[in-house]
Amino acid sequence: MRVRVTVMLKDGVLDPQGEAVRRALGTMGFDGVQGVRQGKLLELDLADGTSRDEVRAMCDRLLANTVIESYAIEMPAG
Amino acid sequence: MKAAVLVFPGSNCDRDLAVAFRQAGFDVDMVWHRDAALPIGTDVVGVPGGFSYGDYLRCGAIAARSPIAAALRSHADRGGYVLAPCNGFQIVTEMGLLPGALLRNAGLKYICDTVPLRVETASSAFTARWGVGAEIALPIAHHEGNYAVDADTLRMLEAEDRIALRYLANPNGAADDIAGVLSANRRVLGLMPHPERACETAHGRIDGAALFRGLAEGMLARA
Repeated sequence: MRVRVTVMLKDGVLDPQGEAVRRALGTMGFDGVQGVRQGKLLELDLADGTSRDEVRAMCDRLLANTVIESYAIEMPAG
Repeated sequence: MKAAVLVFPGSNCDRDLAVAFRQAGFDVDMVWHRDAALPIGTDVVGVPGGFSYGDYLRCGAIAARSPIAAALRSHADRGGYVLAPCNGFQIVTEMGLLPGALLRNAGLKYICDTVPLRVETASSAFTARWGVGAEIALPIAHHEGNYAVDADTLRMLEAEDRIALRYLANPNGAADDIAGVLSANRRVLGLMPHPERACETAHGRIDGAALFRGLAEGMLARA
C-alpha cells in the first residue's frame, strides 16, 4: 500500500525558500500571493497492514525533524 | 590521548580534523560510518564537516541514524568529548545531543567566508584557551547554518552559559547570532565555523589551533 507523508516546517519557523518563491511569484505579476511554505512529500510503499502508529514512528524517528518540522500522514482508506 | 574522527560517505573535513587533532598531540583513528564501535580508549570524537550521505532528507539526518551514531551517543552519554563542526553540528543536533536545528541560510546562498566571532564562555575545554570575550575569526562554509531554537530552550542555553560562540555580523540568520553551543556537561561542542581550517600559518590564520590545544590541556589536567 502507498502512504504519503507530507513534511512541512512548523508555523513560526521562517521558511526562506518559500519566501523566495512568494517574491518570485509577485515579480511575475501574480498579485495577492500572501505566503508560500515549501515542504516535502514522501511516498512510502509499505506492506499491507502497516499501522498508522508504525508510520508515525518512522516520521518521529527519521522522516521529520520534529524540532522544526511537522508532518501529516495520508493512509489509503480501509 | 585518543581522538576518533568519524567518516561518512560525503564527509570532506575528516582529514583536516585529524591533522588538527594530531597537531595538538592526539593519536587519531579514522572510524567508518558502518562500524558499530569506537576504538577502545577514545577520549574525543570528531564529527567532521562535509555533506554526509549527500545531505539527503535533511543535512545530517541519515548520519545521525548510522551504525556509528549509536556508539557516538554512548560515548557522549558516558561523558566523552565530542567536537562537531559544520555538518557535524547538523548531525549532533539531529541526534539530539545538542538542542535546536540548522536551517537553510536566511539569504538562501551557500556562504564560504571567514567571519569574526566572539567567544561567549571560557568554561569548557574547547574555549578555555581563547578566553571569554575573545574576538577571533574562523572560516565558515555552509548552506544550512541558520541555527533555530525555540524561545524557552534559548533562555535555558543562555542561563546555563552554553552559548560558546556568537557571530559579530550574523551571516546566516542564526537565532541570537549563535555560531556554537555546548551540551549541559560542556563536553559536546557543535559549531558552524571550522576551527580545523585555521590551525597553521598556511591556512592564513591560526585562531582554531587554541581549541585543539585547550582540549588536549583539559584532558591532561583531568588525567
